[in-house]
Amino acid sequence: MSTLAPAKIEVEQPSEVDEPEHDRPWVVIVWNDPINLMSYVTLVFQKLFGYTLEHATKLMLQVHHEGKSVVAAGTREKAELDVARLHAYGLWATMQQD
Amino acid sequence: MFRRSIRRGPDGTVRLDLAEEERGLLRQVAEELRELLREEPEDPSLRRLFPTAHDNPSLERDYRELTRDQLVTGREKSFDLLAETAGRDLLTSDEADAWLRAVNDARLVLGTRLDISEDFDWDGFDETTPRAPELALYAYLSWLQEQLVEAM
Repeated sequence: MSTLAPAKIEVEQPSEVDEPEHDRPWVVIVWNDPINLMSYVTLVFQKLFGYTLEHATKLMLQVHHEGKSVVAAGTREKAELDVARLHAYGLWATMQQD
Repeated sequence: MFRRSIRRGPDGTVRLDLAEEERGLLRQVAEELRELLREEPEDPSLRRLFPTAHDNPSLERDYRELTRDQLVTGREKSFDLLAETAGRDLLTSDEADAWLRAVNDARLVLGTRLDISEDFDWDGFDETTPRAPELALYAYLSWLQEQLVEAM
């Protein structure tokens, strides 16, 4: 039986500062605009993201009252796909890294 | 005031009860948009159809390269479909979805041309201005789209 104390293992703690840039998620933002109808924006959120009417309405109202809302997040590829789908429906969507 | 002319049908279908004048108008709108997109893709009134995705110019170039053709093709298809099915009484759910996008695109283009803003003064709207026909069309398409959304 060894009397030696177990070697202390250095566990590298993940640090937010060291997190590689490509690991940080991208967010998809929809901006308020004067043309798209509120009911239409809600329907598009339900169609594209499968959100419930309640959640889609909440996001739409956030866009309407606060000027913008984060509607989805993920990798750059996923965010670009989501932005393109929103653009196909005529919504004013942009993306940025969180 | 307005009669309801779009209703939900069975299995996700949408029933249309539109006057001949309305159908002709929708066909004309779809064909004009199709032509504008083909002949003058950089026309400023089309800019709302292709918003920028990124602040960063290099990322934006990549995004355009990746998506522009698909976004254009998708719009051409929905305008064609609206023109082709404008005379119908029943739309499948996919066709209704194309109508929804095409009608919204028409509103985006007209709204951009008319400089529609959140506080646009519809009550002060002067019926004798040269913009009156486009404003009336914008208002009609908005009413139509609201009904389409409700029927879906």
